[in-house]
Amino acid sequence: MTVTVLLFASYADSLGMKSLALDLSPGATVGDVLGHVRALPGADRLPASPLLAVNERYAKRERVLKSGDEVAIIPPVAGG
Amino acid sequence: MRAAVVVAKIDAARLAAEVAGHHNGAIVLFIGTVRDVNDGRPVTGMEYTAYRSMAEREMADIAREAAERFGTDDIVVEHRVGVLELGDASVAIAVAHPHRGSAYDASRYVIEQLKARVPIWKLEHYADGTREWVGAGSGKGEGGSGDPDSDLESTHASTSERGA
Repeated sequence: MTVTVLLFASYADSLGMKSLALDLSPGATVGDVLGHVRALPGADRLPASPLLAVNERYAKRERVLKSGDEVAIIPPVAGG
Repeated sequence: MRAAVVVAKIDAARLAAEVAGHHNGAIVLFIGTVRDVNDGRPVTGMEYTAYRSMAEREMADIAREAAERFGTDDIVVEHRVGVLELGDASVAIAVAHPHRGSAYDASRYVIEQLKARVPIWKLEHYADGTREWVGAGSGKGEGGSGDPDSDLESTHASTSERGA
């Protein structure tokens, strides 16, 4: 199954991309996505436990994904 | 109730007019503006980016929570993205309520929750020509942002349970 991963702000700068598609096995979790992203160049600048979202809602690492889900890795927010 | 991420300049007076009504005795209008200094460094401008769809959804959730807690549906919040100049409004929140106390409380709730939860980021432009993402740290390690992150996660979890 395929999921889309979104990166923003400092994380997008570190990895040099704003999104990517990942092919995952059924039953894969948000944590598995994070594992894949960590293998990319520049990912050493991500913190140990970044905020995560699935389909525009904050989510935990254990969340099991479905094909087509949109996973976002969210830098420390700074609105206002 | 209305929550939006906008590109054009925020018209705060229009927001206040939007929440006005004869059943209300108070309108509180909060405007957040771009300041010329941050942590002692002179700032010349600010660039806001957002995970737009999630930011609007989260801002709408916050407005709904404030409506339930403080007893008014007359809440409008706009956050601007793009390149902003000093003094520009980055965020505006208008709350109207029959009574001033709850109007102030609801306004405060919306801005504090917005700052804690809404996926919006700002790239500060400094007078010396450098730029930095606010809150992203300076590459000195990850210890600084780790704890607030986990606090946030538990806040989100309890918030979504309340909403369910």
